[in-house]
Amino acid sequence: MEAAAGGGCGSGPPLLMSEGEQQCYSELFARCAGAAGGGPVSGPPEAGRAVPGAVTAAAGTVADLFRASQLPAETLHQITELCGAKRVGYFGPTQFYIALKLIAAAQSGLPVRIESITCELPLPRFMMSKTDAEIRFGNPAELHGPKAQIPYSITEKNTFKRMDDEDKQQETQSPTMSPLASPPSSPPHYQRVPLSHGYSKLRSSTEQMHPAPYEARQPLVQPEGSSSGAPGAKPPRHQASLIRSFSVEREPHDNSSNYPEEPWRITEEQREYYINQFRSLQPDPSSFISGSVAKNFFTKSKLSIPELSYIWELSDADCDGALTLPEFCAAFHLIVARKNGYPLPEGLPPTLQPEYLQAAFPKPKRECTLFDSYSESMPANQQPRDLNRMEKLSIKDMADFPVPAQDVTSDDKQALKSTVDEALPKDMSEDPATSKDSNSLKARPRSRSYSSTSIEEAMKRGEDPPTPPPRPQKTHSRASSLDLNKVFQPSVPATKSGLLPPPPALPPRPCPSQSEQASEAEIQPQLNRAPSQAADNSPTKKDIPYSQPPSKPIRRKFRPENSATENQEPSSTVGGPASAATGKPHTAVQKQSSKQKKAIQTAIRKNKEANAVLARLNSELQQQLKEVHQERIALENQLEQLRPVTVL
Amino acid sequence: MAVCVAVIAKENYPLYIRSSPTENELKFHYMVHTSLDVVDEKISAMGKALVDQRELYLGLLYPTEDHKVYPSYLLCRYGYVTNSKVKFVMVVDSSNTALRDNEIRSMFRKLHSSYTDVMCNPFYNPGDRIQSRAFDSMVTSMMVQVC
Repeated sequence: MEAAAGGGCGSGPPLLMSEGEQQCYSELFARCAGAAGGGPVSGPPEAGRAVPGAVTAAAGTVADLFRASQLPAETLHQITELCGAKRVGYFGPTQFYIALKLIAAAQSGLPVRIESITCELPLPRFMMSKTDAEIRFGNPAELHGPKAQIPYSITEKNTFKRMDDEDKQQETQSPTMSPLASPPSSPPHYQRVPLSHGYSKLRSSTEQMHPAPYEARQPLVQPEGSSSGAPGAKPPRHQASLIRSFSVEREPHDNSSNYPEEPWRITEEQREYYINQFRSLQPDPSSFISGSVAKNFFTKSKLSIPELSYIWELSDADCDGALTLPEFCAAFHLIVARKNGYPLPEGLPPTLQPEYLQAAFPKPKRECTLFDSYSESMPANQQPRDLNRMEKLSIKDMADFPVPAQDVTSDDKQALKSTVDEALPKDMSEDPATSKDSNSLKARPRSRSYSSTSIEEAMKRGEDPPTPPPRPQKTHSRASSLDLNKVFQPSVPATKSGLLPPPPALPPRPCPSQSEQASEAEIQPQLNRAPSQAADNSPTKKDIPYSQPPSKPIRRKFRPENSATENQEPSSTVGGPASAATGKPHTAVQKQSSKQKKAIQTAIRKNKEANAVLARLNSELQQQLKEVHQERIALENQLEQLRPVTVL
Repeated sequence: MAVCVAVIAKENYPLYIRSSPTENELKFHYMVHTSLDVVDEKISAMGKALVDQRELYLGLLYPTEDHKVYPSYLLCRYGYVTNSKVKFVMVVDSSNTALRDNEIRSMFRKLHSSYTDVMCNPFYNPGDRIQSRAFDSMVTSMMVQVC
């Protein structure tokens, strides 16, 4: 019978499929497509690469399926090309069916040619190695190393359930991963994260997909099973084996990437991991990691120097000798892939391009770019520039993004507005690149502040209940309004330090961090920390001097004080109002003012406490000073008494 | 259109040298080596280290190189010195087209910028041989296409 797909088969011969084949293929395809969520989805984070809207199978899922056929990689590549998926860029039904037939042909020993599939062929066999074949199948799309996962796929399944628990996943994976990832540091851990991440993702996305017809799957599979989508009838067949095979074979590649065709996508977990690593090296996510720091870090991965050099070459897109966050993520990802046996690509894959990374992961990326832009602007007088950018962005994008501007320096809305006005013209003159970045970033000032470059801010945030430190932006990466709503709703006081981190933006990094802290208790220690942390960051250093001047004009309400505490206070308060004033400054003003008041009050309280502590310290030190003076006097007297003796 | 491109370190040892494969590469190595003397001469003659983009213009040192399979090779060697005394030497075959000065300059500029990109790589230790693939590809684009 003519296969339905035959019609769609562009250049190939008419596709003849027997009933069994047709059923099998359609189930497989449904599974793949289902796993993809109805679209070419290689993973949740991945933007739709393939033709959106068409019924296509997820490339990752398909790749896993093909791998389960246990054909050599070259054969699979050939098949992929022949079936036309490469040509059209996605796996449509036609391509999928052709590919399956080619797999069957290859498994039967026939050469991989279009002509081979015109004859009768047995069904393709897909090896299922383990119980969680389904999961594997479903997950591979998400998972990075479907095959490798087996050992921990099982553990991962459990861990997947706890998606959030990245660490746990890492731990569970680490034992299995250890052979692959020798370096003690994060890369191995990291790899695991993506896998589990993929799992969880897959699980969630494909949950409803296939009710796990694979009875063989264990209950574990259930959660994921949905993803793997037991395509019903398939299970008993090769499909069942197919999935398993993924997990079973620990293929070297794919640990960190999704599948052979797409090893270069970074999943959410991976990204978070990378970002955490970035933070450990450089507290300011928006700034760079210098070459030497990155070199030391990557050298820990135990890759050879030429390979590391090549990875650097690939990832440092602007060849400036420093890694921004997207560049760092790309480099890290490449290292992880390489450690898993993936050959290094000839060129930076599109999914690892900084722009792509920034777009795909707006939240962290945005922050990074924003911070990057900030860091760049830092030297140049970030605040006005940041403000400009933010304002420009806010103005451009939406009126309700004053936060960005505010984040930068915002003391109060008025100040903001004025700065905005000033900034706008200035903004134009700013580097387009950074402003562009900052604009996008600015759009999420809140998020930025959250993820805030400095650890102190993170710490502060940690103290702050409201926002989860890592990425508040995630939730509202796009619309500032979203951010605002969330910001305002949760708790005004709480947000002060956390949610409304006044455009922590680089410029007043010590200030904003401090301002954030204003609501927090330790202002002094934080200040100290800020400087110490800033010590490594030139941007932060620059922040300090720069933060001072910009804050002054902005903070009309508050005396322009240079002390951090004071800055914190106003900036925090300003930040509060600033962030609030998004679209409707006037309406938000009231909210702002109330928030401001609270912020001011809390800041006052904190300052008073700090003052008390310092006063006590002062008095104690005075006491000691007096004592020391007295001792000195006593000693001098003794000396005088003894002198006549010695003189003689 | 270059048949040989070489990057020489300050201490006059080669960091990178590539010739079009059909020729006897050793010959090019010798040529580059001899041109180093001329380069040094020019540098010292210039007194202050003002880096001209094309400090060395040897012109037609070897008008014809016909002792090999390629007769009538019009080989011109050009030199370029960076501020850090890293020398680029390029041997071009100008028998086919008369290469204009500007073209040579632009080729050296490209070389220089690729070289700085290599330098930016923290894993590159100055003094190592240049193994950057980007640099290689850039040089390949400049080399004469030998069929």
